[in-house]
Amino acid sequence: MSVLVYTESEQGKFKKVALEVASYAKAVATQLGTTVTAIVINAKDSSELGNYGVDKVLQVSNPLLENFNANAYASVIKQAAEKENAKVVIVSSSINSKYLAPLLAVGLNAGYTSNVVEAPTSTSPFTVKRTAFSSKAFEVSQLNTEIKLIGVSKNSFGVFENSVDVSDEDFLPSVPDFGVTVKSVDKATDKVTIADAEIVVSGGRGLKSPENWGIIEELAEVLGAATACSKPVSDLGWRPHSEHVGQTGKPVASNLYIAIGISGAIQHLAGINASKVKVVINTDPEAPFFKAADYGVVGDAFEVVPKFIEKLKAFKAQQ
Amino acid sequence: MKILVCISHVPDTTSKINFTEGDSKFDTNGVQFVINPNDEFGLTRAMWFKEKQGASVDVVSVGGAETEPTLRKALAIGADAAIRVNTIPTDGFSTAKQLAKVVENGSYDLVIAGRESIDYNGGMVPGMVAALTKANFVNNCIGLDVEGTNVTVSREIDGGKEIVSTSFPLIIGGQKGIVEESDLRIPNMRGIMMARKKPLTIVDPIDTSAGTVSIKFEKPEAKGAVTLVSPDNIDELVSLLHNEAKVI
Ligand SMILES: Cc1cc2nc3c(=O)[nH]c(=O)nc-3n(C[C@H](O)[C@H](O)[C@H](O)COP(=O)(O)OP(=O)(O)OC[C@H]3O[C@@H](n4cnc5c(N)ncnc54)[C@H](O)[C@@H]3O)c2cc1C
Ligand SMILES: Nc1ncnc2c1ncn2[C@@H]1O[C@H](COP(=O)(O)O)[C@@H](O)[C@H]1O
Repeated sequence: MSVLVYTESEQGKFKKVALEVASYAKAVATQLGTTVTAIVINAKDSSELGNYGVDKVLQVSNPLLENFNANAYASVIKQAAEKENAKVVIVSSSINSKYLAPLLAVGLNAGYTSNVVEAPTSTSPFTVKRTAFSSKAFEVSQLNTEIKLIGVSKNSFGVFENSVDVSDEDFLPSVPDFGVTVKSVDKATDKVTIADAEIVVSGGRGLKSPENWGIIEELAEVLGAATACSKPVSDLGWRPHSEHVGQTGKPVASNLYIAIGISGAIQHLAGINASKVKVVINTDPEAPFFKAADYGVVGDAFEVVPKFIEKLKAFKAQQ
Repeated sequence: MKILVCISHVPDTTSKINFTEGDSKFDTNGVQFVINPNDEFGLTRAMWFKEKQGASVDVVSVGGAETEPTLRKALAIGADAAIRVNTIPTDGFSTAKQLAKVVENGSYDLVIAGRESIDYNGGMVPGMVAALTKANFVNNCIGLDVEGTNVTVSREIDGGKEIVSTSFPLIIGGQKGIVEESDLRIPNMRGIMMARKKPLTIVDPIDTSAGTVSIKFEKPEAKGAVTLVSPDNIDELVSLLHNEAKVI
């Protein structure tokens, strides 16, 4: 009856979202008076999970599962849920978890709510709060199926330490047909991704041309941040589509979002509003972004950003 | 090749989001509805398959009569026929079950849906349709090519992309990249006239049970005023971010 959580890893190391969903699972298990089991695929050292409330780990070590495959991973998690007789299954909102979750929901005949931002407000009936309308609203949703699948929004519930003794068990699920085979992967390994980043530095049409992106990249580097952009910037080919954020691009839920030369159109704001703290740098005091931001500088990016970089470097040197 | 494009009928991205009936329903008053942007990218790619590879393209929406103008727009863009499953969607799971029935009845090779709808943001319907019809599924599709029975898809992943190969029957969760913004088509007069004569079939829903029930909506709390920092005093910005916001 324990709560099952899928804790994602990459190259054997747990992602930050894994610790967030583990913390979430612990909160649900406490409400239900039960324990947390984590399903772990090809990550050796599971002791870290014990710090976030995981009581038991089902370890899957299988070279076939080296690369992510939605079908296979969904099947493995389903088998784990059946073995544990789990009635609540928790996944993250990463690109991969969102890919496998609908397959898992059908496999378990489970009601599924994505983008959940809080611990359940009630477990009977099982009631959760999620974002909808690209974070312009919240929806309170009830899950009435026997098995419930919850996708937890990134950076919403938080990570909580909760030290328990964790036990490991080898788990040997069957692996189904993949259906989809990876031919090649093209991935920048030296850059922080928008999905993982605590800080995102984003540039808009106000930067005027792609040659001017040096200050955005330098600011991002000083902050250990990911770079992003507004939609027209990617449509113009100044930056890759993978950097396009907003309602029709990637959602951003970072701790800090810095918008430079971005006006703050409703479609842009919708996608980045889940970020905790927003800073805008824009020449136009009437730009709508100032209404959505926490901190603002009315000024020219080409003067303000280099100063900001310099001050940050000085600040970091003191730390 | 038989293609079905799933069309979610959604409020225009500039819409003000309000609720009625004790905050339990989306207030459609004064709201313009459009083809979900992710579906429009997919539909545009389907037009390419029609023109270059002789594919047939149907579109489907699960919804009431109010979705018909949106389906007509898809016909005006160039789809051959439209299907409307006559029921108001309650949750992603039941919508997927309705769509799975349409997919099975029409024996489609390729079903193109969107990565997510911009209203419900469920991100679940395409994957569920794939699982229900036992088809292959590729999500976050940013490129799609078909050669005979071989399908090659580019898929966005965290920090990059991957190329995968797969086969029919196949369901796609598409997004920008499957075609570019500049490839999108605005229906012309001829398209609009022709769309009036194309078939729009209304089918009865099957009995399904929903996985989730929407109870009510809430709006985020109003935001406090912005703290302005002078461009001559960027030290203060650094200090606010460190001491007050605690984000650096
Ligand atoms: C269906 C649809 C979906 C959309 N989805 C998205 C989306 O997902 N994401 C998105 O971003 N947009 C989206 N848009 C586009 C959106 O409506 C805006 O057009 C876009 O966000 C504007 O981008 P921008 O702020 O970079 O450019 P602009 O609106 O041109 O703003 C540039 C800003 O830079 C400022 N500026 C100029 N020079 C300087 C300088 N030297 N220093 C500092 N500031 C300067 C200006 O004052 C201005 O505010 C969508 C639109 C539609 C119709
Ligand atoms: N009512 C519907 N009718 C037809 N297709 C839909 C409907 N709802 C969702 N879809 C499809 O599923 C995709 C993802 O929707 P969602 O799971 O709601 O985010 C959409 O982009 C559509 O392609």
